[in-house]
Amino acid sequence: MEPAEPKAPAAEIATLFDELDDTAVVPVLFASDDALQADRDAICVRLQAAAEQALEQWLLAHQREPTQGRLEGYRLLALQRQGARGDPSFNACRESCRELIYHCNISIVDSQSSPTHLRFAAMVCRHLLLFISGKLQNSGLGEFCCAARPLRTQEAQ
Amino acid sequence: MTQAYQKVAYYPGCALEGTAHAYDRSTRAVAKALGLEIEELQNWNCCGAMEVKSTDPKLQTYLSARNLGIAAKMGHTAVMAPCNGCYHNLKKAEYDLRNDPASIETEKRISTKAGHASYQPGTVETIHALDWIKKAIGEDGLRARVKKSLSGLKVANYYGCMYSRPRHIFPEKDKGPGSESTLKPHFMDDVLGAAGAVNVEFPLKTACCGGAHTLSDSDTSTRLVLNILTTADACGADVIATECATCHSGLEMHQSRGEKVFGKKTNVKILYFTQLLGLALGLSARQVGVHENFSDSVGMLRARGLG
Repeated sequence: MEPAEPKAPAAEIATLFDELDDTAVVPVLFASDDALQADRDAICVRLQAAAEQALEQWLLAHQREPTQGRLEGYRLLALQRQGARGDPSFNACRESCRELIYHCNISIVDSQSSPTHLRFAAMVCRHLLLFISGKLQNSGLGEFCCAARPLRTQEAQ
Repeated sequence: MTQAYQKVAYYPGCALEGTAHAYDRSTRAVAKALGLEIEELQNWNCCGAMEVKSTDPKLQTYLSARNLGIAAKMGHTAVMAPCNGCYHNLKKAEYDLRNDPASIETEKRISTKAGHASYQPGTVETIHALDWIKKAIGEDGLRARVKKSLSGLKVANYYGCMYSRPRHIFPEKDKGPGSESTLKPHFMDDVLGAAGAVNVEFPLKTACCGGAHTLSDSDTSTRLVLNILTTADACGADVIATECATCHSGLEMHQSRGEKVFGKKTNVKILYFTQLLGLALGLSARQVGVHENFSDSVGMLRARGLG
C-alpha cells in the first residue's frame, strides 16, 4: 500500500486517537464491577466503534474508502482485512481485533464474568489504538508524541 | 511422542549468542535435563533477520536456506530454532523455495557462487523449541520429570507475532487437536501447565510488542510494551513467559524505560519459558541463566522455592 497524504491533518489524527482512548478505554478500566455489568452492551459498542474508527484512519490515510461490509458478522474484522491488503505487516493486529470481539461477546453472554472480560476488551482496544497510531507514525502519516520525532524531521530535511 | 525429535539440529541464531544468551543457556540445560540431544549447526550464519529481509528479501531466503542445507548435510531431518525470528525466517525460506521462482533462482545463483549445493525444500523440517519439547516429551512426560512444580506461579504466556504469522508459512498448524493454533496458540500454555504453572487468561498473547521499531521509534515500542505489561499485571500474572528473543529483550528494556520515561512501574517478571521449565525440572536459577536476564526475578523465584 503506497503512503499517501492523510485526509485529516496529522495532529488531528493524533488527537482523535487520544480521544478514543479517553472516551472508550479509560472509563472501562476505572469503572466499578456493578457499573460494567449494568452497561455492558453499550460498552462493547463503544469499544468496537473506537477500534473501527482507528482502522478507518489507517485506510483514510492511504486514501482508501473504509468498507461498510462485515466479515464473520463484524465490520471490525472487515476493516482489518481491508487494511492489511497490500501491507501484510498490518496483520499483526488481526488477532487483537478478534480478541476484542471475543471478550465483548463473552461479557454479553456471561454477566458474572463481564467486568473482567470488558476490562480485557478495553486493554486490547488500547493495544489496537497504540499499534495503529504507531503504524501511522512509522509510515509518516501521523505525528504523535515521540522521542524519535527530531530524527524523523532531520531525515525529511 | 515424535521419535524424530529426540535428536535434532540446533540453530541458536545471533540473538542467542548475545542479548538472549539466557535463552540459549536454558534451552541447552533443558535439553540435557530431558535427555534430548541437540547438535548445533556447524558454521551457521544469520537467518537474515529483519535487517536483511528489509533490504533484500531474496537474500534473506538464501541465508536461511544455507542453514537448512547445513542441517541436511549433517544428516538431520529437523532443525530446532528457539528464536521466533529465526524460526519464522527458516519457515519462510522453506515456503519461498517451494513457491517463488525468483527466490529459487537467487538461492541457486548465490549457492553456486559460494560453492555449495542448493537446499532442496522438504529435506529438513523447521521446528520451534515449543514444538520440540511438546512433541518429543509431551505433557505426560514432563509431569513425570518435574522435580519442583511451578505450582502457584501465575504465568501469562506471550507468543509474540512471528510465531504464527503469516499463516501460510506454517502449514502444520491449525490441523485440529494436537496441532498448534495460529489464532490462539497454546503450546507454551500446555508445556508450562504440565510443569505446574497456572496459566492466566491473557488477551495480548500474540499482540505486537513493537520490536521492529524498538530503536527507531522507542516511544511507540515502550507504549505497546507497557500495555502488554499492565495487561499481564491486571490478569494477575506473576510472570510473563516468553519464547522470542526480540520480544523478551523488548519487554525487559521497555519495562525499565517505561518507568524512567513514562513514570509507569509494572511488577510482572519476565522469563523465558525454557527458564521456567528448567526450574521445574530441578535446575538452579543460575543453570538456566536467570542472572543473565535484564530484569531481576531472583527474589520472586526464591520466595516460591524455585531456583
